Amino acid sequence: MSFEPAGRVREVPPSGIRRFFEIAEERDDVISLGVGEPDFATPWAAREAAIDSLERGRTSYTANRGMADLRAAISGYVADRFDLSYDASEEILVTAGASEAVDLAFRAFVDPGDRVAVAQPSYISYEPGITFAGGDVLPVATREADEFRLTREALAEAGAEEAEALVYCYPNNPTGAVMSREQLEPIADFAREHDLLVFADEIYAELTYDGEHASIATLPGMRERTVVFNGFSKAHAMTGLRLGYALAPAEAIGTMNRIHQYTMLSAPTTAQYAAIEAIESCAGDVREMVEQYDRRRRFVLARFEEIGMPCFEARGAFYVFPQVPEGWDADTFAEELLTEHGVAVVPGSVFGSGGDGHLRVSYATGMEELREALARIERFVDGR
Amino acid sequence: MSEREVLAALRENARYSTADVARMTGLSESEVEAAIEDLEAEGVIRGYRPVVDWDRLADERVRAEVELNVVLDRETGYADIAERLASFPQVTALRLVSGDYDFDMEVEGDSLGEVSRFISEKVAPVPEITQTVTHYVMTSYKEHGLELGDGDDDDRLSYSP
Repeated sequence: MSFEPAGRVREVPPSGIRRFFEIAEERDDVISLGVGEPDFATPWAAREAAIDSLERGRTSYTANRGMADLRAAISGYVADRFDLSYDASEEILVTAGASEAVDLAFRAFVDPGDRVAVAQPSYISYEPGITFAGGDVLPVATREADEFRLTREALAEAGAEEAEALVYCYPNNPTGAVMSREQLEPIADFAREHDLLVFADEIYAELTYDGEHASIATLPGMRERTVVFNGFSKAHAMTGLRLGYALAPAEAIGTMNRIHQYTMLSAPTTAQYAAIEAIESCAGDVREMVEQYDRRRRFVLARFEEIGMPCFEARGAFYVFPQVPEGWDADTFAEELLTEHGVAVVPGSVFGSGGDGHLRVSYATGMEELREALARIERFVDGR
Repeated sequence: MSEREVLAALRENARYSTADVARMTGLSESEVEAAIEDLEAEGVIRGYRPVVDWDRLADERVRAEVELNVVLDRETGYADIAERLASFPQVTALRLVSGDYDFDMEVEGDSLGEVSRFISEKVAPVPEITQTVTHYVMTSYKEHGLELGDGDDDDRLSYSP
């Protein structure tokens, strides 16, 4: 008898960020550009709705799939913003963060031995999620020359035609890359030709600058093979409230709900009340946050150019993905930048293949901190 | 379009340098300068003042919100009365408003006596003004969109995925 981890848990290494986290915790002058969440608080109207629901004693479970009012609001919102049409009663599942939705999709549709293609660099939870589900990860490296967009060539090169499913995140964490409708078309063709399911993580959809977000589920023949993930964490600054959702055909949502009803029962009730209000009255707050992110994005891109660290023009999420200067590896650069100048960034290698030699720099931080952090990075680079 | 973006950046912080506004908007520094000059020339930007939390300064500053009711006649309109009142340096803001009274006037002075004297000696005697109701400001919590509390600490983890 022992607490020996199960094989599929042993397979998953501890997070690569941990070491940096420990160094950062020991200093009190660190400016963090290593954060994957907004620096804004949840819009006050949404917080107030949560408080009000608590005052009225709305603290019981909700329907497994989420409150009907919330699902109706989500259905209207995704139709209005992203041209996505999902039925509130059968095609939407409200989850504890988009992370739960991603995990449910893997467990619902990946059999042991199934291969799942993962467009990388990517959010760090896909690989462990696939492994926990018993699947095999097939990394698909995107290239800086393609501005970290997924291409048909990259899929073919990785052998993704053998895969059962494809998971990606656009607008992308960690690169800030986005994909337009035209750029998604060849990916949709590939998925249809080789009969792949597509798990499209669109959690950063609202944070698209210079253009509109496009969802692969709006392309012909794709709705029936796609699960879309979205949520309130990023655009509505609600990370700690843990509220996301999955959009998919009724049959797929039903399958995911079979796991959800036993493991989560229902998403946090307080957060669901906040989310209804977020959709109904916080569009202006979102627009204001997006405008601020966009100013910071352009500021940070301009500064990296001045510093001489090449950086493709990220147009989504709240990250840029500059290259480290010649002669450096990203891990050493990130560690020395932290220990010598107190600026926290995440080395790109943490996010899988294609991330080497880069840094994930989050601009979800106030302008004053950004200005100071970039001045420190400049001193660090110039001092070498 | 570029004027709008420059204005949005300056509304966030009017002390951003031209170089920083250029970086934030993707314009050149000379384009930013030109946009600001245009905004000033058109009278869109009327000035740049700091947002002051007077409670943090030792010097006393007395402020009051004054409700004014007026009567108009054939020769005198709102604009005439407003022009007269706005000329006083003690008046820091003056707005014609809907509702129970006509003008909403903000007044500032170094002491309670000074502000009271100003209202009783300069404002109340104006022939068109029929009534004044003065509310002295006791504590200010938010000015020009900025909350005056101690601010929230960033309690986010220094790294998150």
